[in-house]
Amino acid sequence: MRETNGAAHPRTIIEKIWDNHIVAQREGAPPLLYIDLHLVHEVTSPQAFSGLRDRGLKVRRPDLTVGTTDHSIPTTDRSLPILDKTAEAQINLFEKNCRDFGIPCFGPHSTKQGIVHIIGPEQGLTQPGMTVVCGDSHTATHGAFGALAFGIGTSQVEHVLATQCLLQSPSKTYEVRVEGTLKPGVGAKDIILNLISRIGIGGGTGCVFEYAGSTIRSLSMEERMTICNMSIEGGARAGLIAPDDTTYQYLAGRPYAPKGADWERAVAFWRTLPTDAGAPFDKRIDIDAGALEPMITFGTNPGMGIPITAPVPDPASLNDPLERETLHKALRYMDLASGKPLLGHPVNVVFIGSCTNSRITDLRAAAEILKGRKVNPKVRVMVVPGSQEVKKQAQAEGLDRIFKEAGAEWREAGCSMCIAMNGDQLQPGQYSVSTSNRNFEGRQGKGGRTFLASPLTAAASAIAGVVTDVRTIL
Amino acid sequence: MEKFKPFTSRLAALPIDNIDTDQIIPARFLKTTSKAGLGDQLFQDWRYDENGKPKPDFILNRPEGRAAQILLAGDNFGCGSSREHAPWALTQYGFRAVISTSFADIFRGNALKNSLLPIVLPHEAHTALFDTVSKNPAATVTVDLASQTLTMPDGSKASFPIDAFAKQCMLEGIDELGYIQQQEAAIAAYEAQRPLTVNTLAD
Repeated sequence: MRETNGAAHPRTIIEKIWDNHIVAQREGAPPLLYIDLHLVHEVTSPQAFSGLRDRGLKVRRPDLTVGTTDHSIPTTDRSLPILDKTAEAQINLFEKNCRDFGIPCFGPHSTKQGIVHIIGPEQGLTQPGMTVVCGDSHTATHGAFGALAFGIGTSQVEHVLATQCLLQSPSKTYEVRVEGTLKPGVGAKDIILNLISRIGIGGGTGCVFEYAGSTIRSLSMEERMTICNMSIEGGARAGLIAPDDTTYQYLAGRPYAPKGADWERAVAFWRTLPTDAGAPFDKRIDIDAGALEPMITFGTNPGMGIPITAPVPDPASLNDPLERETLHKALRYMDLASGKPLLGHPVNVVFIGSCTNSRITDLRAAAEILKGRKVNPKVRVMVVPGSQEVKKQAQAEGLDRIFKEAGAEWREAGCSMCIAMNGDQLQPGQYSVSTSNRNFEGRQGKGGRTFLASPLTAAASAIAGVVTDVRTIL
Repeated sequence: MEKFKPFTSRLAALPIDNIDTDQIIPARFLKTTSKAGLGDQLFQDWRYDENGKPKPDFILNRPEGRAAQILLAGDNFGCGSSREHAPWALTQYGFRAVISTSFADIFRGNALKNSLLPIVLPHEAHTALFDTVSKNPAATVTVDLASQTLTMPDGSKASFPIDAFAKQCMLEGIDELGYIQQQEAAIAAYEAQRPLTVNTLAD
């Protein structure tokens, strides 16, 4: 392991990881960056594998690559055939591609199957100091471990499969400092929705976030993943959190984590990664955690978020004509009036899942609210664990019974209604409270309308059948 | 990749900020395993009604938008998912450039790898171009990547920034994967001294 302390200038963790992975730097071209872990899934890889076949290339490092099926896979009983033949063909082709190129694949029937950003961490594949890529914009999730993790397009998936490298220009560094103690009913999802509502969905463009501060330190790995996951919704390609004892405790003993003497060496190296005192950032923002309320989005991008008791903003308050028209368009699509809060707004579907909020702690939080209560009979409530591992753990704890007794659906692992590719979707005009990451027009089904919120807010709204402030029932 | 040559075209104006990739190509079309046919699905839910009939007001369905090879869009174009299906759909439809005040990082990278030029203009020039097109839908601009200039409808020139390497790749039709493969020796040398991190094949 190379030393990362003692450099001439104090460096951020972002720069340390970057410097460690430079393979070559040719004049007039971006640096060539080595990739430690490449996660592939069925939706953004087929054309990359076709490209390899056309060029007669192999996968350079199948031992640094892992596949899973998550985006288009149904979340119904896995012993049943897949009804959507296009999805079935895509999944079958993915498994064939993995077989042909020697890549380990967590297919539909694997006990390790799950959302790509859930399985990397839970299997111990994602480790501090790594570069991690995936053909998925929520790859920043892995940044919670102090990894530089970012989403790539299919051309770059092909580049990494073939060479384990990417031509990549460095990003600016952006410190997000969160200090203070969260109030009851307020959590990681509210921190990240607050950040995005303040900087806007393009606010982090060209940057990598480092989330720091006492609040971040106090969060579990699952909560840190929720925050890093939505870095892209703030425009940042990546977002990370320096590793600490919480990180090492989470990783210790996981299937692919280092063992024995390797573990000791790894931890010693990981301890050199955190940002040096005095290292400058290009940008900085401060968040007062103690002042946060539960957050919810009202519009058609994740930046359109408000504290749950606040009124929906008025387009007339905006000066820029394009911004004004964009907000008008969002409110028309959502069929919402400005000037009053969303509290009490009817909800048709509640979705608890996605790479943002489908980990065991998310399910425990939702179960705590739903325990001994019934969901409103007008509301369809879907609980979709992020992985088979999460599902198994939840069932061992009896969470599945709590959900089912409350009247919620307990489903198989996958991306499900976050991206609505697999049949799990809203009908036109329906409203959802969703723990996922995107509220774009049609994201959860054509014509569907999404309010993004935390698992607590989602569970509280499921019971009431309307948008609800969870603090009123805690 | 084909060499990117100068061209002159009308503009299809979409005066909306933060156009995300779910609008450019909805996720339900991502179950394909090829690149074919995506141009027909470009902006599907803005372009067609629930019966699949073209919405007459949408710019790509209007006579002035139909032949445009340049899309003029609001700020932060291409935000959201990493799907390269977005530039595939735009180029298959016939677009060769998108003009905005900023682009989301992943989209910009994907566009450049598909000969779709993301052109960033300053706010005033961008607003002025929207004004011009709304008054005269037949107005054209000329895109010249080599000199990094746009020739506006009134004949004035505006320059735009672009990463030097991406520019060279587009102008010369350089294949980026081929370029990386030329650095095999450096990759092998890096791997030889690289510490072991994880082995996905160990089970």
